[in-house]
Amino acid sequence: MDKLINEFSAGLFFWQIILFILLLLLLRKFAWKPILKAVEQREEGIRNALAAAEDAKKEMQNVTADSEKLLQEARAEREAMLKEAREIKEKMIADAKAQAQAEGEKIVAQAQQSIEGEKKAAIADIKSQVAELSVEIAEKVLRDQLSDKNKQLKLVDQLVSDIKLR
Amino acid sequence: MRLTFVSKILAFSFLFLSAGVFAKESPEAQGDSPEGIKAEINAFIEHHLQDSHDFNLYSYTDEAGEMHHVGFPLPVILWDNGLKVFSSSKFHHGETVAEVDGNHYMLYHSKIYKTNAQGELTFDEEHHPTNAKPLDFSISKSVFMMLVTGLLLFWIFSSLARSYARHGAVPKGIGRFFEPIVLYIRDDIAIANIGEKKYKKYMPFLLTVFFFIWFLNMFGLTPLGVNVTGNIAVTTALAVLVFLLTTFTGTKDYWKHIFDPLGDGMPWFGKIIIYIILVPIEILGIFIKPFALLIRLYANMTAGHVVLMSLIGLIFIFKSWVGGPLSFGLSFAISLIEVLVALLQAYIFTMLSALYFGFASEEHDHGHEHEEDAELAHL
Repeated sequence: MDKLINEFSAGLFFWQIILFILLLLLLRKFAWKPILKAVEQREEGIRNALAAAEDAKKEMQNVTADSEKLLQEARAEREAMLKEAREIKEKMIADAKAQAQAEGEKIVAQAQQSIEGEKKAAIADIKSQVAELSVEIAEKVLRDQLSDKNKQLKLVDQLVSDIKLR
Repeated sequence: MRLTFVSKILAFSFLFLSAGVFAKESPEAQGDSPEGIKAEINAFIEHHLQDSHDFNLYSYTDEAGEMHHVGFPLPVILWDNGLKVFSSSKFHHGETVAEVDGNHYMLYHSKIYKTNAQGELTFDEEHHPTNAKPLDFSISKSVFMMLVTGLLLFWIFSSLARSYARHGAVPKGIGRFFEPIVLYIRDDIAIANIGEKKYKKYMPFLLTVFFFIWFLNMFGLTPLGVNVTGNIAVTTALAVLVFLLTTFTGTKDYWKHIFDPLGDGMPWFGKIIIYIILVPIEILGIFIKPFALLIRLYANMTAGHVVLMSLIGLIFIFKSWVGGPLSFGLSFAISLIEVLVALLQAYIFTMLSALYFGFASEEHDHGHEHEEDAELAHL
Protein backbone atom coordinates (compact mmCIF):
# COMPACT_ATOMS: atom_id res chain seq x y z
CA MET A 1 0.00 0.00 0.00
CA ASP A 2 2.81 2.33 0.97
CA LYS A 3 4.49 1.55 -2.32
CA LEU A 4 1.27 2.18 -4.19
CA ILE A 5 0.82 5.59 -2.63
CA ASN A 6 4.45 6.36 -3.29
CA GLU A 7 4.04 5.31 -6.87
CA PHE A 8 0.96 7.48 -7.37
CA SER A 9 1.78 10.34 -9.67
CA ALA A 10 -0.47 13.38 -9.32
CA GLY A 11 0.68 14.67 -12.71
CA LEU A 12 -0.27 11.49 -14.47
CA PHE A 13 -3.62 11.48 -12.66
CA PHE A 14 -4.19 15.06 -13.76
CA TRP A 15 -3.34 14.31 -17.39
CA GLN A 16 -5.37 11.14 -17.42
CA ILE A 17 -8.48 12.97 -16.19
CA ILE A 18 -8.00 15.85 -18.63
CA LEU A 19 -7.12 13.71 -21.62
CA PHE A 20 -9.80 11.15 -20.95
CA ILE A 21 -12.56 13.72 -20.61
CA LEU A 22 -11.30 15.47 -23.73
CA LEU A 23 -11.22 12.17 -25.61
CA LEU A 24 -14.66 11.31 -24.28
CA LEU A 25 -16.13 14.60 -25.48
CA LEU A 26 -14.42 14.45 -28.86
CA LEU A 27 -15.37 10.85 -29.49
CA ARG A 28 -18.90 11.49 -28.31
CA LYS A 29 -19.33 14.29 -30.82
CA PHE A 30 -17.41 12.87 -33.77
CA ALA A 31 -17.70 9.13 -33.33
CA TRP A 32 -20.11 7.57 -30.88
CA LYS A 33 -23.16 9.68 -31.64
CA PRO A 34 -22.90 9.36 -35.45
CA ILE A 35 -22.01 5.66 -35.18
CA LEU A 36 -24.85 4.80 -32.83
CA LYS A 37 -27.25 6.92 -34.83
CA ALA A 38 -26.22 5.26 -38.08
CA VAL A 39 -26.51 1.82 -36.53
CA GLU A 40 -29.91 2.62 -35.09
CA GLN A 41 -31.09 3.96 -38.40
CA ARG A 42 -29.85 0.83 -40.08
CA GLU A 43 -31.61 -1.38 -37.55
CA GLU A 44 -34.74 0.68 -37.97
CA GLY A 45 -34.37 0.24 -41.73
CA ILE A 46 -34.00 -3.50 -41.36
CA ARG A 47 -37.04 -3.67 -39.11
CA ASN A 48 -39.05 -1.61 -41.57
CA ALA A 49 -37.88 -3.69 -44.51
CA LEU A 50 -38.87 -6.88 -42.72
CA ALA A 51 -42.26 -5.46 -41.87
CA ALA A 52 -42.71 -4.30 -45.45
CA ALA A 53 -41.76 -7.75 -46.72
CA GLU A 54 -44.28 -9.27 -44.35
CA ASP A 55 -46.93 -6.85 -45.55
CA ALA A 56 -46.09 -7.59 -49.16
CA LYS A 57 -46.41 -11.27 -48.44
CA LYS A 58 -49.82 -10.76 -46.91
CA GLU A 59 -50.85 -8.56 -49.81
CA MET A 60 -49.67 -11.22 -52.18
CA GLN A 61 -51.72 -13.81 -50.34
CA ASN A 62 -54.73 -11.53 -50.50
CA VAL A 63 -54.23 -11.00 -54.19
CA THR A 64 -53.92 -14.73 -54.80
CA ALA A 65 -57.04 -15.34 -52.76
CA ASP A 66 -58.84 -12.62 -54.65
CA SER A 67 -57.88 -13.96 -58.03
CA GLU A 68 -58.87 -17.42 -56.93
CA LYS A 69 -62.21 -16.05 -55.90
CA LEU A 70 -62.61 -14.20 -59.17
CA LEU A 71 -61.74 -17.31 -61.11
CA GLN A 72 -64.29 -19.30 -59.20
CA GLU A 73 -66.91 -16.67 -59.75
CA ALA A 74 -66.18 -16.59 -63.46
CA ARG A 75 -66.40 -20.33 -63.59
CA ALA A 76 -69.73 -20.32 -61.80
CA GLU A 77 -71.00 -17.62 -64.09
CA ARG A 78 -69.99 -19.56 -67.16
CA GLU A 79 -71.68 -22.60 -65.74
CA ALA A 80 -74.83 -20.62 -65.11
CA MET A 81 -74.77 -19.11 -68.57
CA LEU A 82 -74.33 -22.48 -70.20
CA LYS A 83 -77.16 -23.87 -68.17
CA GLU A 84 -79.38 -20.97 -69.09
CA ALA A 85 -78.52 -21.36 -72.78
CA ARG A 86 -79.35 -25.01 -72.61
CA GLU A 87 -82.65 -24.27 -70.95
CA ILE A 88 -83.47 -21.66 -73.54
CA LYS A 89 -82.63 -24.05 -76.31
CA GLU A 90 -84.80 -26.76 -74.84
CA LYS A 91 -87.60 -24.35 -74.30
CA MET A 92 -87.34 -23.10 -77.83
CA ILE A 93 -87.41 -26.59 -79.19
CA ALA A 94 -90.38 -27.46 -77.01
CA ASP A 95 -92.18 -24.29 -77.99
CA ALA A 96 -91.54 -24.92 -81.66
CA LYS A 97 -92.79 -28.42 -81.29
CA ALA A 98 -95.93 -27.29 -79.52
CA GLN A 99 -96.55 -24.60 -82.08
CA ALA A 100 -96.05 -26.99 -84.95
CA GLN A 101 -98.40 -29.44 -83.41
CA ALA A 102 -101.04 -26.78 -82.83
CA GLU A 103 -100.63 -25.58 -86.38
CA GLY A 104 -100.91 -29.11 -87.69
CA GLU A 105 -103.96 -29.76 -85.63
CA LYS A 106 -105.47 -26.56 -86.85
CA ILE A 107 -104.76 -27.52 -90.45
CA VAL A 108 -106.15 -30.96 -89.90
CA ALA A 109 -109.26 -29.46 -88.26
CA GLN A 110 -109.71 -27.06 -91.15
CA ALA A 111 -109.28 -29.89 -93.57
CA GLN A 112 -111.78 -31.98 -91.74
CA GLN A 113 -114.15 -29.06 -91.65
CA SER A 114 -113.89 -28.45 -95.36
CA ILE A 115 -114.22 -32.17 -96.02
CA GLU A 116 -117.32 -32.15 -93.86
CA GLY A 117 -118.69 -29.14 -95.85
CA GLU A 118 -117.92 -30.82 -99.15
CA LYS A 119 -119.52 -33.99 -97.87
CA LYS A 120 -122.61 -32.11 -96.80
CA ALA A 121 -122.78 -30.24 -100.12
CA ALA A 122 -122.32 -33.49 -101.98
CA ILE A 123 -125.03 -35.18 -99.92
CA ALA A 124 -127.36 -32.22 -100.50
CA ASP A 125 -126.61 -32.36 -104.19
CA ILE A 126 -127.21 -36.08 -104.25
CA LYS A 127 -130.47 -35.57 -102.37
CA SER A 128 -131.72 -32.95 -104.84
CA GLN A 129 -130.66 -35.11 -107.79
CA VAL A 130 -132.35 -38.10 -106.19
CA ALA A 131 -135.56 -35.99 -105.77
CA GLU A 132 -135.40 -34.79 -109.35
CA LEU A 133 -134.78 -38.28 -110.54
CA SER A 134 -137.60 -39.60 -108.36
CA VAL A 135 -139.99 -36.98 -109.75
CA GLU A 136 -138.87 -37.78 -113.24
CA ILE A 137 -139.36 -41.47 -112.57
CA ALA A 138 -142.65 -40.84 -110.96
CA GLU A 139 -143.72 -38.71 -113.94
CA LYS A 140 -142.67 -41.44 -116.27
CA VAL A 141 -144.47 -44.04 -114.19
CA LEU A 142 -147.55 -41.89 -113.96
CA ARG A 143 -147.53 -41.12 -117.66
CA ASP A 144 -147.18 -44.72 -118.30
CA GLN A 145 -149.98 -45.73 -115.90
CA LEU A 146 -152.38 -42.97 -117.02
CA SER A 147 -152.28 -43.90 -120.59
CA ASP A 148 -155.67 -45.72 -120.51
CA LYS A 149 -158.92 -44.37 -119.07
CA ASN A 150 -159.61 -47.10 -116.70
CA LYS A 151 -156.48 -46.78 -114.90
CA GLN A 152 -157.09 -43.06 -114.66
CA LEU A 153 -160.52 -43.58 -113.24
CA LYS A 154 -159.34 -46.21 -110.82
CA LEU A 155 -156.73 -43.87 -109.56
CA VAL A 156 -159.16 -41.13 -109.18
CA ASP A 157 -161.37 -43.39 -107.29
CA GLN A 158 -158.64 -44.49 -105.08
CA LEU A 159 -157.63 -40.91 -104.44
CA VAL A 160 -161.16 -39.91 -103.80
CA SER A 161 -161.55 -42.76 -101.38
CA ASP A 162 -158.40 -41.58 -99.58
CA ILE A 163 -159.91 -38.25 -99.15
CA LYS A 164 -162.34 -38.86 -96.41
CA LEU A 165 -164.47 -35.98 -95.50
CA ARG A 166 -163.97 -35.03 -92.04
CA MET B 1 20.74 -2.09 -19.32
CA ARG B 2 21.53 -4.51 -22.08
CA LEU B 3 18.46 -6.48 -21.02
CA THR B 4 16.24 -3.81 -22.47
CA PHE B 5 17.74 -4.34 -25.85
CA VAL B 6 17.39 -8.08 -25.61
CA SER B 7 13.82 -8.00 -24.42
CA LYS B 8 12.79 -5.63 -27.17
CA ILE B 9 14.39 -7.81 -29.77
CA LEU B 10 12.74 -10.84 -28.26
CA ALA B 11 9.38 -9.33 -28.33
CA PHE B 12 9.81 -8.18 -31.89
CA SER B 13 10.33 -11.61 -33.30
CA PHE B 14 11.26 -15.02 -32.09
CA LEU B 15 13.67 -15.42 -34.95
CA PHE B 16 16.01 -13.28 -32.97
CA LEU B 17 16.04 -15.72 -30.13
CA SER B 18 19.39 -17.22 -30.80
CA ALA B 19 22.86 -17.45 -29.50
CA GLY B 20 23.68 -14.20 -31.18
CA VAL B 21 22.02 -12.28 -28.39
CA PHE B 22 23.92 -14.15 -25.74
CA ALA B 23 27.18 -13.79 -27.55
CA LYS B 24 26.94 -10.05 -27.22
CA GLU B 25 26.69 -10.25 -23.52
CA SER B 26 29.70 -8.82 -21.81
CA PRO B 27 30.42 -8.66 -18.12
CA GLU B 28 29.23 -5.42 -16.64
CA ALA B 29 29.70 -3.75 -13.31
CA GLN B 30 27.48 -6.25 -11.57
CA GLY B 31 29.31 -9.14 -13.09
CA ASP B 32 28.06 -12.50 -14.17
CA SER B 33 26.99 -13.76 -10.79
CA PRO B 34 23.39 -15.02 -10.76
CA GLU B 35 22.55 -12.69 -7.84
CA GLY B 36 23.81 -9.73 -9.80
CA ILE B 37 21.71 -10.66 -12.81
CA LYS B 38 18.66 -11.28 -10.62
CA ALA B 39 19.04 -7.91 -8.98
CA GLU B 40 19.45 -6.33 -12.38
CA ILE B 41 16.33 -8.06 -13.71
CA ASN B 42 14.38 -6.94 -10.65
CA ALA B 43 15.52 -3.38 -11.11
CA PHE B 44 14.72 -3.53 -14.76
CA ILE B 45 11.20 -4.85 -14.20
CA GLU B 46 10.60 -2.23 -11.55
CA HIS B 47 11.85 0.43 -13.87
CA HIS B 48 9.65 -0.83 -16.66
CA LEU B 49 6.52 -0.76 -14.52
CA GLN B 50 7.11 2.86 -13.70
CA ASP B 51 6.36 5.87 -15.76
CA SER B 52 9.36 7.67 -17.21
CA HIS B 53 10.18 11.13 -18.48
CA ASP B 54 11.66 10.08 -21.79
CA PHE B 55 10.57 7.60 -24.41
CA ASN B 56 13.27 5.00 -24.36
CA LEU B 57 13.09 2.44 -27.16
CA TYR B 58 16.16 0.50 -26.07
CA SER B 59 19.50 0.97 -24.40
CA TYR B 60 22.80 -0.79 -24.84
CA THR B 61 26.35 -0.70 -23.63
CA ASP B 62 29.01 -0.28 -26.25
CA GLU B 63 32.49 -1.81 -26.37
CA ALA B 64 33.88 0.94 -24.22
CA GLY B 65 31.35 0.20 -21.49
CA GLU B 66 29.42 3.38 -22.18
CA MET B 67 25.60 3.34 -22.00
CA HIS B 68 23.64 4.46 -25.00
CA HIS B 69 19.91 5.14 -24.97
CA VAL B 70 17.91 5.11 -28.16
CA GLY B 71 14.65 7.00 -27.98
CA PHE B 72 13.44 10.54 -27.72
CA PRO B 73 13.04 12.99 -24.87
CA LEU B 74 9.63 14.26 -23.72
CA PRO B 75 8.75 17.66 -22.30
CA VAL B 76 8.97 18.11 -18.55
CA ILE B 77 6.43 20.48 -17.03
CA LEU B 78 6.93 21.40 -13.39
CA TRP B 79 5.09 23.73 -11.07
CA ASP B 80 7.67 25.02 -8.65
CA ASN B 81 6.86 28.63 -7.81
CA GLY B 82 6.00 29.16 -11.44
CA LEU B 83 5.76 27.00 -14.49
CA LYS B 84 8.98 25.35 -15.61
CA VAL B 85 9.02 23.68 -18.99
CA PHE B 86 12.08 21.96 -20.37
CA SER B 87 13.12 18.89 -22.30
CA SER B 88 13.78 15.71 -20.38
CA SER B 89 17.04 15.40 -22.31
CA LYS B 90 18.47 17.73 -19.69
CA PHE B 91 18.42 14.87 -17.19
CA HIS B 92 20.47 12.64 -19.49
CA HIS B 93 18.45 9.65 -18.32
CA GLY B 94 18.90 10.53 -14.70
CA GLU B 95 22.63 10.87 -14.93
CA THR B 96 22.91 14.63 -14.65
CA VAL B 97 21.29 17.48 -12.80
CA ALA B 98 18.94 19.65 -14.82
CA GLU B 99 19.27 23.34 -14.17
CA VAL B 100 16.27 25.52 -14.99
CA ASP B 101 15.93 29.18 -13.99
CA GLY B 102 18.42 28.72 -11.21
CA ASN B 103 16.64 25.66 -9.78
CA HIS B 104 18.21 22.22 -9.89
CA TYR B 105 16.28 19.02 -10.44
CA MET B 106 17.36 15.44 -10.30
CA LEU B 107 15.66 12.22 -11.43
CA TYR B 108 15.54 9.39 -8.92
CA HIS B 109 13.49 6.26 -9.69
CA SER B 110 11.57 8.16 -12.36
CA LYS B 111 10.58 10.89 -9.94
CA ILE B 112 11.81 14.47 -10.06
CA TYR B 113 13.33 15.94 -6.91
CA LYS B 114 14.60 19.41 -6.24
CA THR B 115 18.27 19.34 -5.33
CA ASN B 116 21.26 21.59 -4.96
CA ALA B 117 23.63 22.28 -7.84
CA GLN B 118 25.51 19.04 -7.23
CA GLY B 119 22.32 16.95 -7.41
CA GLU B 120 22.72 15.52 -3.92
CA LEU B 121 19.78 13.61 -2.55
CA THR B 122 19.23 13.00 1.14
CA PHE B 123 17.50 9.82 2.23
CA ASP B 124 15.52 8.84 5.29
CA GLU B 125 15.99 5.51 7.06
CA GLU B 126 13.62 3.74 4.59
CA HIS B 127 15.75 4.98 1.72
CA HIS B 128 13.10 7.44 0.50
CA PRO B 129 14.52 10.76 -0.67
CA THR B 130 13.61 13.63 1.65
CA ASN B 131 14.17 16.31 -0.98
CA ALA B 132 11.27 18.50 -2.05
CA LYS B 133 9.19 17.21 -4.94
CA PRO B 134 7.87 19.86 -7.32
CA LEU B 135 4.40 19.28 -8.81
CA ASP B 136 5.10 17.25 -11.89
CA PHE B 137 2.78 17.72 -14.85
CA SER B 138 5.24 16.36 -17.38
CA ILE B 139 4.19 14.80 -20.64
CA SER B 140 5.66 11.52 -19.47
CA LYS B 141 5.83 8.29 -21.44
CA SER B 142 2.39 7.29 -20.16
CA VAL B 143 0.86 10.66 -21.01
CA PHE B 144 2.49 10.44 -24.41
CA MET B 145 1.03 6.99 -24.97
CA MET B 146 -2.39 8.21 -23.84
CA LEU B 147 -2.17 10.98 -26.41
CA VAL B 148 -1.17 8.50 -29.10
CA THR B 149 -3.99 6.14 -28.11
CA GLY B 150 -6.45 8.99 -28.00
CA LEU B 151 -5.48 10.13 -31.47
CA LEU B 152 -5.63 6.56 -32.75
CA LEU B 153 -9.07 6.01 -31.24
CA PHE B 154 -10.26 9.31 -32.61
CA TRP B 155 -8.95 8.48 -36.05
CA ILE B 156 -10.44 4.97 -36.11
CA PHE B 157 -13.87 5.84 -34.82
CA SER B 158 -14.38 9.16 -36.54
CA SER B 159 -13.48 7.44 -39.81
CA LEU B 160 -15.96 4.70 -38.94
CA ALA B 161 -18.59 7.36 -38.29
CA ARG B 162 -17.78 9.04 -41.59
CA SER B 163 -17.86 5.75 -43.48
CA TYR B 164 -21.53 5.39 -42.54
CA ALA B 165 -22.28 8.70 -44.14
CA ARG B 166 -20.29 7.81 -47.23
CA HIS B 167 -21.26 4.20 -47.84
CA GLY B 168 -24.77 4.22 -46.49
CA ALA B 169 -25.32 2.00 -43.50
CA VAL B 170 -22.49 -0.39 -44.23
CA PRO B 171 -19.15 0.07 -42.47
CA LYS B 172 -15.99 -0.21 -44.54
CA GLY B 173 -12.46 -1.28 -43.78
CA ILE B 174 -11.40 -1.36 -40.14
CA GLY B 175 -14.89 -0.36 -39.08
CA ARG B 176 -16.07 -3.84 -40.00
CA PHE B 177 -13.96 -5.15 -37.17
CA PHE B 178 -14.90 -2.50 -34.62
CA GLU B 179 -18.59 -2.15 -35.35
CA PRO B 180 -19.57 -5.51 -33.86
CA ILE B 181 -17.62 -4.62 -30.71
CA VAL B 182 -19.47 -1.31 -30.44
CA LEU B 183 -22.73 -3.17 -30.90
CA TYR B 184 -21.72 -5.77 -28.32
CA ILE B 185 -21.02 -3.05 -25.78
CA ARG B 186 -24.36 -1.46 -26.54
CA ASP B 187 -26.46 -4.63 -26.51
CA ASP B 188 -24.76 -6.89 -24.00
CA ILE B 189 -23.14 -4.44 -21.64
CA ALA B 190 -25.09 -1.18 -21.65
CA ILE B 191 -28.64 -2.33 -22.40
CA ALA B 192 -28.24 -5.52 -20.37
CA ASN B 193 -27.10 -3.70 -17.24
CA ILE B 194 -28.57 -0.21 -17.46
CA GLY B 195 -31.76 -0.90 -19.31
CA GLU B 196 -33.32 0.19 -22.56
CA LYS B 197 -34.49 3.53 -21.23
CA LYS B 198 -31.34 5.10 -19.83
CA TYR B 199 -28.40 3.40 -21.46
CA LYS B 200 -27.89 6.10 -24.07
CA LYS B 201 -26.59 8.59 -21.55
CA TYR B 202 -23.76 6.26 -20.54
CA MET B 203 -22.86 4.89 -23.96
CA PRO B 204 -20.09 7.41 -24.80
CA PHE B 205 -18.34 6.78 -21.50
CA LEU B 206 -18.61 3.00 -21.73
CA LEU B 207 -17.37 2.89 -25.31
CA THR B 208 -14.52 5.29 -24.65
CA VAL B 209 -13.39 3.54 -21.49
CA PHE B 210 -13.52 0.13 -23.13
CA PHE B 211 -11.49 1.04 -26.17
CA PHE B 212 -9.13 3.25 -24.19
CA ILE B 213 -8.28 0.47 -21.74
CA TRP B 214 -8.15 -2.20 -24.40
CA PHE B 215 -5.86 -0.22 -26.68
CA LEU B 216 -3.54 0.77 -23.85
CA ASN B 217 -3.47 -2.81 -22.61
CA MET B 218 -2.50 -3.93 -26.10
CA PHE B 219 0.15 -1.23 -26.36
CA GLY B 220 1.52 -2.57 -23.10
CA LEU B 221 2.21 -5.86 -24.88
CA THR B 222 4.08 -4.27 -27.75
CA PRO B 223 7.83 -3.88 -27.64
CA LEU B 224 7.31 -0.21 -26.86
CA GLY B 225 7.05 -1.46 -23.30
CA VAL B 226 4.54 1.02 -21.97
CA ASN B 227 2.62 0.13 -18.86
CA VAL B 228 -0.13 2.75 -18.78
CA THR B 229 -3.09 0.74 -17.53
CA GLY B 230 -0.78 -0.88 -14.98
CA ASN B 231 -0.22 2.53 -13.44
CA ILE B 232 -2.17 3.24 -10.29
CA ALA B 233 -2.70 6.92 -11.16
CA VAL B 234 -4.32 6.03 -14.48
CA THR B 235 -6.65 3.42 -13.06
CA THR B 236 -7.50 5.76 -10.17
CA ALA B 237 -8.44 8.48 -12.62
CA LEU B 238 -10.73 6.10 -14.49
CA ALA B 239 -12.31 4.85 -11.29
CA VAL B 240 -12.82 8.43 -10.07
CA LEU B 241 -14.69 9.19 -13.28
CA VAL B 242 -16.86 6.12 -12.77
CA PHE B 243 -17.49 7.19 -9.18
CA LEU B 244 -18.43 10.73 -10.20
CA LEU B 245 -20.72 9.53 -12.96
CA THR B 246 -22.42 7.06 -10.64
CA THR B 247 -22.84 9.62 -7.89
CA PHE B 248 -24.10 12.47 -10.02
CA THR B 249 -26.46 10.44 -12.16
CA GLY B 250 -27.84 8.57 -9.15
CA THR B 251 -31.63 8.63 -8.94
CA LYS B 252 -33.73 9.09 -5.84
CA ASP B 253 -34.15 5.34 -5.63
CA TYR B 254 -30.40 4.84 -5.66
CA TRP B 255 -29.87 7.11 -2.66
CA LYS B 256 -32.93 5.74 -0.93
CA HIS B 257 -31.45 2.30 -1.33
CA ILE B 258 -28.28 3.42 0.38
CA PHE B 259 -29.82 5.28 3.30
CA ASP B 260 -33.03 3.28 3.65
CA PRO B 261 -32.26 -0.12 2.16
CA LEU B 262 -35.17 -1.96 3.78
CA GLY B 263 -37.78 0.57 2.74
CA ASP B 264 -41.24 -0.15 4.10
CA GLY B 265 -40.41 -3.74 4.84
CA MET B 266 -39.89 -3.11 8.55
CA PRO B 267 -41.14 -0.77 11.29
CA TRP B 268 -38.83 2.12 12.21
CA PHE B 269 -37.71 0.74 15.58
CA GLY B 270 -36.59 -2.47 13.91
CA LYS B 271 -34.76 -0.55 11.21
CA ILE B 272 -32.71 1.53 13.63
CA ILE B 273 -30.89 -1.48 15.03
CA ILE B 274 -30.08 -2.89 11.61
CA TYR B 275 -29.27 0.44 10.02
CA ILE B 276 -26.48 1.14 12.49
CA ILE B 277 -24.59 -1.59 10.66
CA LEU B 278 -26.26 -1.60 7.26
CA VAL B 279 -26.11 2.06 6.30
CA PRO B 280 -22.37 2.46 6.92
CA ILE B 281 -21.80 -0.66 4.83
CA GLU B 282 -23.91 0.77 2.03
CA ILE B 283 -22.04 4.07 2.20
CA LEU B 284 -18.71 2.26 2.18
CA GLY B 285 -19.97 0.31 -0.80
CA ILE B 286 -20.22 3.50 -2.85
CA PHE B 287 -16.47 3.91 -2.52
CA ILE B 288 -15.47 0.28 -2.51
CA LYS B 289 -17.03 -0.37 -5.90
CA PRO B 290 -14.81 2.04 -7.86
CA PHE B 291 -11.88 1.17 -5.62
CA ALA B 292 -12.24 -2.47 -6.60
CA LEU B 293 -12.28 -1.35 -10.22
CA LEU B 294 -9.03 0.55 -9.95
CA ILE B 295 -7.20 -2.14 -8.02
CA ARG B 296 -8.40 -4.92 -10.32
CA LEU B 297 -7.18 -3.27 -13.48
CA TYR B 298 -3.93 -2.10 -11.93
CA ALA B 299 -3.13 -5.47 -10.36
CA ASN B 300 -3.99 -7.50 -13.43
CA MET B 301 -1.96 -5.45 -15.84
CA THR B 302 1.00 -5.08 -13.50
CA ALA B 303 0.99 -8.78 -12.71
CA GLY B 304 0.91 -9.62 -16.38
CA HIS B 305 3.90 -7.41 -17.09
CA VAL B 306 5.85 -8.77 -14.14
CA VAL B 307 5.23 -12.39 -15.13
CA LEU B 308 6.07 -11.76 -18.76
CA MET B 309 9.26 -9.89 -18.00
CA SER B 310 10.34 -12.34 -15.34
CA LEU B 311 10.03 -15.14 -17.84
CA ILE B 312 12.08 -13.20 -20.35
CA GLY B 313 14.56 -12.52 -17.53
CA LEU B 314 14.84 -16.23 -16.86
CA ILE B 315 16.68 -16.57 -20.14
CA PHE B 316 19.56 -14.62 -18.66
CA ILE B 317 19.56 -16.65 -15.51
CA PHE B 318 19.51 -20.02 -17.29
CA LYS B 319 21.97 -18.99 -19.98
CA SER B 320 21.71 -22.30 -21.70
CA TRP B 321 20.46 -23.71 -24.96
CA VAL B 322 17.70 -25.48 -23.07
CA GLY B 323 16.62 -22.78 -20.67
CA GLY B 324 16.57 -20.01 -23.22
CA PRO B 325 14.08 -21.56 -25.63
CA LEU B 326 12.09 -22.92 -22.69
CA SER B 327 11.76 -19.48 -21.14
CA PHE B 328 10.99 -18.08 -24.51
CA GLY B 329 8.24 -20.64 -25.08
CA LEU B 330 6.75 -19.86 -21.69
CA SER B 331 6.89 -16.14 -22.21
CA PHE B 332 5.34 -16.58 -25.63
CA ALA B 333 2.47 -18.56 -24.13
CA ILE B 334 2.01 -15.95 -21.41
CA SER B 335 2.01 -13.25 -24.09
CA LEU B 336 -0.90 -14.96 -25.78
CA ILE B 337 -2.73 -15.16 -22.47
CA GLU B 338 -1.95 -11.49 -21.89
CA VAL B 339 -3.58 -10.62 -25.20
CA LEU B 340 -6.71 -12.26 -23.85
CA VAL B 341 -6.30 -10.57 -20.46
CA ALA B 342 -5.96 -7.20 -22.18
CA LEU B 343 -9.39 -7.64 -23.72
CA LEU B 344 -10.85 -9.29 -20.65
CA GLN B 345 -9.82 -6.51 -18.27
CA ALA B 346 -11.20 -3.85 -20.58
CA TYR B 347 -14.41 -5.86 -20.74
CA ILE B 348 -14.62 -6.33 -16.98
CA PHE B 349 -13.99 -2.66 -16.29
CA THR B 350 -16.67 -1.62 -18.77
CA MET B 351 -19.08 -4.31 -17.60
CA LEU B 352 -18.79 -3.36 -13.93
CA SER B 353 -19.00 0.35 -14.73
CA ALA B 354 -22.22 -0.37 -16.60
CA LEU B 355 -23.46 -2.41 -13.64
CA TYR B 356 -22.82 0.50 -11.25
CA PHE B 357 -24.46 2.93 -13.65
CA GLY B 358 -27.36 0.53 -13.78
CA PHE B 359 -27.73 0.69 -9.99
CA ALA B 360 -27.42 4.47 -10.05
CA SER B 361 -30.09 4.94 -12.67
CA GLU B 362 -32.50 2.39 -11.29
CA GLU B 363 -35.99 3.77 -10.89
CA HIS B 364 -37.89 1.01 -9.16
CA ASP B 365 -37.32 -1.47 -6.39
CA HIS B 366 -36.61 -4.75 -8.08
CA GLY B 367 -32.98 -5.65 -8.60
CA HIS B 368 -31.91 -5.12 -5.02
CA GLU B 369 -30.91 -8.71 -4.79
CA HIS B 370 -28.54 -8.24 -7.70
CA GLU B 371 -26.91 -5.33 -6.01
CA GLU B 372 -26.45 -7.26 -2.82
CA ASP B 373 -24.85 -10.10 -4.73
CA ALA B 374 -22.54 -7.78 -6.59
CA GLU B 375 -21.49 -6.13 -3.39
CA LEU B 376 -20.77 -9.40 -1.70
CA ALA B 377 -18.70 -10.41 -4.69
CA HIS B 378 -16.57 -7.31 -4.30
CA LEU B 379 -16.21 -7.31 -0.58
